[in-house]
Amino acid sequence: MLRFALTRALSLALSLLVASVVIFAVIEVIPGDPAAFMLGLNASPEAVAALREQMGLDGTLFTRYLAWFGGMLTGDFGVSYTYKVPVAELVAQRLQVSVPLALYALVLSTVIAIPVGVIAAATRGSVGDYGIMGATQLGIAVPNFWFAMLLVLVFAVTLRWFSAGGFPGWDAGLWVGMKALTLPAVALALPQASILARVMRSALIETLGQDYIRTARAKGLTRRQATVRHALRNALIPVLTIIGLQFSFLLAGAIIIENVFYLPGLGRLIFQGITQRDLIVVESLVMLLVFAVILVTFLVDIAYAAADPRLRRKR
Amino acid sequence: MRVPATLIAGAILSTFFLVVALASFIWTPHDVAALNISDKLQAPSATYWLGTDHFGRDTLSMLMVGARTSLAVAIVAVGIGIVIGVPLGLVAAATRGSLLDEIIMRGNDLVFAFPSLVIAILITAVFGPSAVNAILAIGIFNIPVFARVTRGGALSLWTLDYILAARVAGKGKARISIEHVLPNILNLLIVQGTIQFSLGILAEAALSYIGLGAQPPTPSWGRMLSEAQTMIYSAPRLAMWPGLAIVAMVLGLNLMGDGLRDLTDPRLRRERG
Amino acid sequence: MRHLQMSAAALALLAGPALAQQDTITVGMVLEPPNLDPTGGAAAAIDEVVYANVFEGLTRFGPDGSVQPALASGWEVSEDGTVYTFMLNEGVTFHDGSDMTAEDVVFSLDRARAGDSTNAQKALFEGIESVEAVDPLTVKITLAEPNGNFPFNMAWGDAVIVAPETVEQLATTPIGTGPFEFSEWVQGDHVTLVRSDSYWGDPVALSTATFKFISDGNAAFAAMMAGDVDAFPNFPAVELLSQFENDPRFEVVVGSTEGETILAMNNQQPPLDNVKVREAISHAINRQDIIDGAMFGYGTPIGTHFAPHNPDYVDLTGMSDYDPEKTKALLEEAGATDLTLRLMLPPPGYARNGGEIIASQLREVGIETEITNLEWAQWLEQVFGNKDFDLTIVSHTEPADINIYARPEYYFQYDNAEFQALIQELSVTSDPAKRTELNQAAQRMISEDYVNAYLFQLAKAGVKNAKIEGLWENAPTQANDLTDVRWTE
Repeated sequence: MLRFALTRALSLALSLLVASVVIFAVIEVIPGDPAAFMLGLNASPEAVAALREQMGLDGTLFTRYLAWFGGMLTGDFGVSYTYKVPVAELVAQRLQVSVPLALYALVLSTVIAIPVGVIAAATRGSVGDYGIMGATQLGIAVPNFWFAMLLVLVFAVTLRWFSAGGFPGWDAGLWVGMKALTLPAVALALPQASILARVMRSALIETLGQDYIRTARAKGLTRRQATVRHALRNALIPVLTIIGLQFSFLLAGAIIIENVFYLPGLGRLIFQGITQRDLIVVESLVMLLVFAVILVTFLVDIAYAAADPRLRRKR
Repeated sequence: MRVPATLIAGAILSTFFLVVALASFIWTPHDVAALNISDKLQAPSATYWLGTDHFGRDTLSMLMVGARTSLAVAIVAVGIGIVIGVPLGLVAAATRGSLLDEIIMRGNDLVFAFPSLVIAILITAVFGPSAVNAILAIGIFNIPVFARVTRGGALSLWTLDYILAARVAGKGKARISIEHVLPNILNLLIVQGTIQFSLGILAEAALSYIGLGAQPPTPSWGRMLSEAQTMIYSAPRLAMWPGLAIVAMVLGLNLMGDGLRDLTDPRLRRERG
Repeated sequence: MRHLQMSAAALALLAGPALAQQDTITVGMVLEPPNLDPTGGAAAAIDEVVYANVFEGLTRFGPDGSVQPALASGWEVSEDGTVYTFMLNEGVTFHDGSDMTAEDVVFSLDRARAGDSTNAQKALFEGIESVEAVDPLTVKITLAEPNGNFPFNMAWGDAVIVAPETVEQLATTPIGTGPFEFSEWVQGDHVTLVRSDSYWGDPVALSTATFKFISDGNAAFAAMMAGDVDAFPNFPAVELLSQFENDPRFEVVVGSTEGETILAMNNQQPPLDNVKVREAISHAINRQDIIDGAMFGYGTPIGTHFAPHNPDYVDLTGMSDYDPEKTKALLEEAGATDLTLRLMLPPPGYARNGGEIIASQLREVGIETEITNLEWAQWLEQVFGNKDFDLTIVSHTEPADINIYARPEYYFQYDNAEFQALIQELSVTSDPAKRTELNQAAQRMISEDYVNAYLFQLAKAGVKNAKIEGLWENAPTQANDLTDVRWTE
């Protein structure tokens, strides 16, 4: 087990190193000089050169990479070129929107998907099952930004139940903040819930077909008892895996939704960083996101291996 | 063997869009490149069946050509995934447990770890926005998907008797992979291909929506939606049609994918009885 | 009785917030400023927050574009026009409590023109030879040669007066002398300013001003409708303005800006180095279609690089009226058929929408275009820096900027010695009649040379709550000057 954990840790470190090089390289070749961008149309060349020096953009590629990566290792993510505040501070501010939004969407999609998936599995082949399956197909096919536009049209503009966007901040109160995140969370949750419900259904159907369920049924448990006592617990494993993956997706994947509802979240920070050539913010943020996903994958692997020794050899 | 209803419905929808897209090469009701400002924002009429947009272009014609853009981007993006991902998966399966296998699989994990939309934005920031770069951005993330599916499918085949027999008969791993493994995972690949295809359509719509896909004057559904957004109060139909088109096309492909899986997965077939 | 008391209390509660709202305002802006230091960045959004509100210069622009006294109560010019003596107002303090004196003026101007200066408009300070503090309230500025425009230059946001001890923090916590103090900046959302109690000038009516950043047109519309935003001076989606027009709560305000919107042509790049080809392109463009299609009717056609509201403006639109037949004849004459030109478009709507319309108009006369949409950073590098383009659309929003045509290295690369001499003469002329004459000659020259195709003067199209007064109608500089803004009830 220890050996397995060590090998996986080593490959984690290697992956991160490769990722950092790739991210740095891609961002280096993006055309557009951050200093020239900030100073605009009438800037004199000396002023641009002076600003480049101030921003630390005048070193060689390698020294700049070392400065950036070394800084990250010690927890220093640099200072934003445009905002002139530490990147860590910016990220911390944006996480206050992105994490609650991702969690909200995740809870919504789970709360909807699990019962729906269970019902569909339990009534397999019935009209209800077909209806649910059809609805989830539709949910997957709807682009979430379009769905968001429709939500705004109906609930913000016509019914005026919610505001069309913006985030007043948590200082305005928990309820006010939650309300501002509701439409975006619904828009994000719909496709996720549809996927999750389908996974739930097929996982449950699969476990219901397993031998031990048949044994349980043979011992005289009703179908419902067998489902609840045995099958559901086992079927939840793939569902939880999907939920884990969805969280990291929701964190970064909300860029478009954040734009539709003009929420000051992580995704929009990256998007803004790219258009304003605030490359230090983009580099550090992408690296953080990649790190988060790789770390989650690593932990899941370790957890699986701890639970099931056979997996240690398989991968 | 019964053909699943989902397959029929999906095939009809998908074929419809394919036909529309192909037809747009020969004929559209109006020229999509011709702007006609004096006819802007017209309601549906005998001349403009679905009305016109803010430049006076015919919405129906735009939708037809937009279907072409969507399909083209998605097809090529899936192609990239298959052409690179499948060989990688075959190699990984043939050399399972080796360093090569480990590198391929870790590489896959790494690509998966990148937030795809962010990378797409970075790619277009480097090369400039265009349909080609949208294809590239979507295609890259198809590679690990196909590599994984191929490896998974191939691994189970490598333990089967007839492949062992081929090995004993002295056939090389490369030859076995092509002659025996590939044909047997074709089902898997077709099903996965259909799914990736529909995801590609959604991705293309999202990229064009934020302005990173096909450039004007080439119509695309995503850009039509972003242009229609501020006119949702005055002409909501402009935001309806492209949205519905995306939903219908993606739905068609997904239904087809589901149907194909039901049809080809022997386990499911047995369950159906 | 008790019942009555309660409802009176409830009424008071209800009235409370409504009354308090009378002296606060939330102003919508499309772009968030990258930082809040007007002396270290070109972004218009910086000035839109801090100009005249937080920072002041020696002089300032009035709502009509005139140059007015600000920190300087007045100034004298020497006989030969090279020495300006500015008299500073008494009792001016920075928001940190320190006094603003002549030393701060010397520091600010020396900093802006220093070798390592990162001022985006360094050219404004180029003619300065020395800046001296004669006494705490008098500053003497010596120029290398006479410059009738010097007080105008000092009115720019890039020339505001700052204190040496606070320059490091200007980007995040600006400290100026203006009527409003910086209070809070939630990045990605809003900046809040509060009234400064120690302001030297006339007190302002507003106690708090919030600038909220909303770039999406629909979101901006919804925010106005919901009352989250009280005024949106530059509304991001002109097509939505008509929705406000029928609503008595709002007032749509359309003014003019200093933004000459042009289809710029690369004058050194064949075939555009041929004046006949440039003339042909100018005649292929239907300005009204572009104004209607891209700007929903907001904008004034122009025929040269000069603002129509300027008294010196000459209407030269007739030089390049819409005449496709003439275009074809000119192209024939120039031997330029089967043209394919690259059209590079920066992000603003006027460029993206206008570009599609122009592409379609050019196609009608047989000129094909390849459209590339660029972000600003890419546009700056490729088009503005490397001059790697054929056509581009951009609005030049700096006031009185016809002098850019005297810079042969400027991105459209117009190189005409005669024009350069004209601008040189203009820069040392202070007699108003003579200036008018020179300005008009310059306008004619670039129009006759068809340097660029001149499209329209960008409108400042916005919306505000009907009860607000005192916001600028026009935009002589990009600013949201709140000093005279108040609620009428």
